Amino acid sequence: MSIAITVEHLSKQYQIGHAQRSTTLREALTGLMKLSFLRNWQQEDTIWALRDVSFSIERGETVGIIGRNGAGKSTLLKILSKITYPTSGEIKVGGKVAALLEVGTGFHQELTGRENIYMNGSILGMRKKEVDRKLDAIIEFSGLEKFLDTPIKRYSSGMRLRLGFAVAAHLDPDVLIVDEVLAVGDAAFQKKCLNAMENLRAGARTVLFVSHNLAAVENLCQRCIWIDGGQVRMDGKSRPVIEAYLGSVTGTQALAADLDDVQNRRGNGRIRYRAVEFLSPEGISQRVVRAGDPVVMRFHYVVSEPTPHPSLGFRMYTDLGTLVTETSTWHHGINIPLLETGKGYIDLEIDCLNLLPAKYALSLWATDDGGNVVYDNVECGVTLEVETANIYQSGKDLDSRCGIVFFPQKWNLSGTLRTVRESVKQASQCAPQTR
Amino acid sequence: MTSDSITELWRYRELLYFFAWREIKVRYRQAALGVAWAVIQPLFAMIIFTLLFGKLARVPSEGIPYPIFCYTALLPWTYFSSVLALASNSLVSNDSLLTKVYFPRVLLPAGTALAGLVDLAIGSFLLVGLMLYYHVHTSWVLLLSPLVILITMLVTMGVSMVMAAANVRYRDVRYALPFLIQIWLFATPIIYPVSMIPERFRPILALNPCWGMVSAFRACVFPQLPFDFKLIGTSIGVAVLLFLGGAYYFYRAEKSFADVI
Repeated sequence: MSIAITVEHLSKQYQIGHAQRSTTLREALTGLMKLSFLRNWQQEDTIWALRDVSFSIERGETVGIIGRNGAGKSTLLKILSKITYPTSGEIKVGGKVAALLEVGTGFHQELTGRENIYMNGSILGMRKKEVDRKLDAIIEFSGLEKFLDTPIKRYSSGMRLRLGFAVAAHLDPDVLIVDEVLAVGDAAFQKKCLNAMENLRAGARTVLFVSHNLAAVENLCQRCIWIDGGQVRMDGKSRPVIEAYLGSVTGTQALAADLDDVQNRRGNGRIRYRAVEFLSPEGISQRVVRAGDPVVMRFHYVVSEPTPHPSLGFRMYTDLGTLVTETSTWHHGINIPLLETGKGYIDLEIDCLNLLPAKYALSLWATDDGGNVVYDNVECGVTLEVETANIYQSGKDLDSRCGIVFFPQKWNLSGTLRTVRESVKQASQCAPQTR
Repeated sequence: MTSDSITELWRYRELLYFFAWREIKVRYRQAALGVAWAVIQPLFAMIIFTLLFGKLARVPSEGIPYPIFCYTALLPWTYFSSVLALASNSLVSNDSLLTKVYFPRVLLPAGTALAGLVDLAIGSFLLVGLMLYYHVHTSWVLLLSPLVILITMLVTMGVSMVMAAANVRYRDVRYALPFLIQIWLFATPIIYPVSMIPERFRPILALNPCWGMVSAFRACVFPQLPFDFKLIGTSIGVAVLLFLGGAYYFYRAEKSFADVI
């Protein structure tokens, strides 16, 4: 089997913020005069979108690329499609490459559907003769025969999508690179696209498929590469890679949140949150908690030097960012005389978690007595998933459409009974007596 | 580098045609005046220059009626200035293409240059009309005009490549451009004949790559005009250097287009 794609120690660095060189000629010229180009790049001014990525793909393989947003997947595809160039490292791609990073590339509003088929086809690398040959098939696939001679500025977005994908589905490359183009479109269209992808795959072509639709990835790809933070985290058979990826995202470990590796935090680190556990009153660790349950939140921390009179607490938010509640040792007027160096934990015992089923985020903080010195502040580092429960003993499935909180409550109908008695009395008075 | 690039350009030749075709179709599809636009620009320039410079300022025109004297130079010049204006923005206005699909980026300004030939062809009909009207005696030299057109395209592409690539990084280039073109118009012997320039200044002005293309075109139509090989040769030499230099600059800048745009 020959190698279709080779990636060796690929790295891509981007400059961000003010480190970018001037964007107007005027600035560049004045900068030149001030000799400001002699200024050094600072480390914070660049980010590594990809760092030392290496893998090789053989001819005929279908490989899925998965990862969080911002992990570097699209950058990798752009480099493989020669749209941008690596900062270091090498890539080798053999055979005719077609990159589908967007559906309908090259479309011009003023041109008709038919003209755009040629434009798009040519941009994607098809010869005019090839488009001529496949024109009928493309038109049929799109289902837009009636509208072919109208300028596409009159098309709906769905029609444009169908046209673009119809052309793309008839590409005949050796290597096909597809980037999340299936993310748009209705269910029927997505199904059509997946079928088309299947056909392409059947033709012993090499396919690189980036998507968040993990079911589609598992279905189409024998092999998966997980890109995380610009590096290859895992590379192997689809199922284990996808499971590992899902595991990292949702966190199926015993701890509700492992905060050791979280970099995105403020504070001088004198007290540092390490993890959060949700426990039942019996002390058993739980990943999910049901509405109305008693729960113990255990906050694990590590202290680097003895700290007197700290305040520890958190803010809880809905997934839309509404602040639900804030609580802390300060709110309770609790005085912690001293926290010794080393590891420890603090428990918050909640008798009844009056939150409706939804996902909530916790932002943990630890400060000194007056709240002036911040030891640690982790924004939305912990997810609390509240599951449904028979809250009002009614058997009804209630969720965030009913709000954020619920109270222990009971409806009392005693006041309504007199009205019932009254109306029954009235009804019997009005009804004709039958004998 | 070069042989790979050239084979690649040849492979993508159909795309060049499609870019030019797209531009022509779009330009003429919705414009009410359509094809007439191609003639209006040089025609009106000719009328205004004739009134101002020919009649009012009495600029000499080497024994040739001023309107046609002016127009023969305006034709390649209009090609140059209009293509340059469009081509220098061609990369930025197609930024979605640059970030989503690969093709040799030079095809975008090149497509504009190719599309401009249509306007040039239409404008030359008016030239033929003027030649008939003024009973101009042509000779075989007229057949050399395609060669001069080629030189015009060379000049245009050279400057366009530089401007297009520069505009991607420095967005104010396209605002400086109209100003530049205005000055360039007066630095080229379109409105006035070469004989008006004192001898000692001519070599300096010959460094203007547009000098050669305009003078050569005029000479094709009016072979009786003095043809200074040295000066015109210098100008064409500059044009070739500009083309090569522009191509090199474009090639170097191309790698970072998708990141900077």
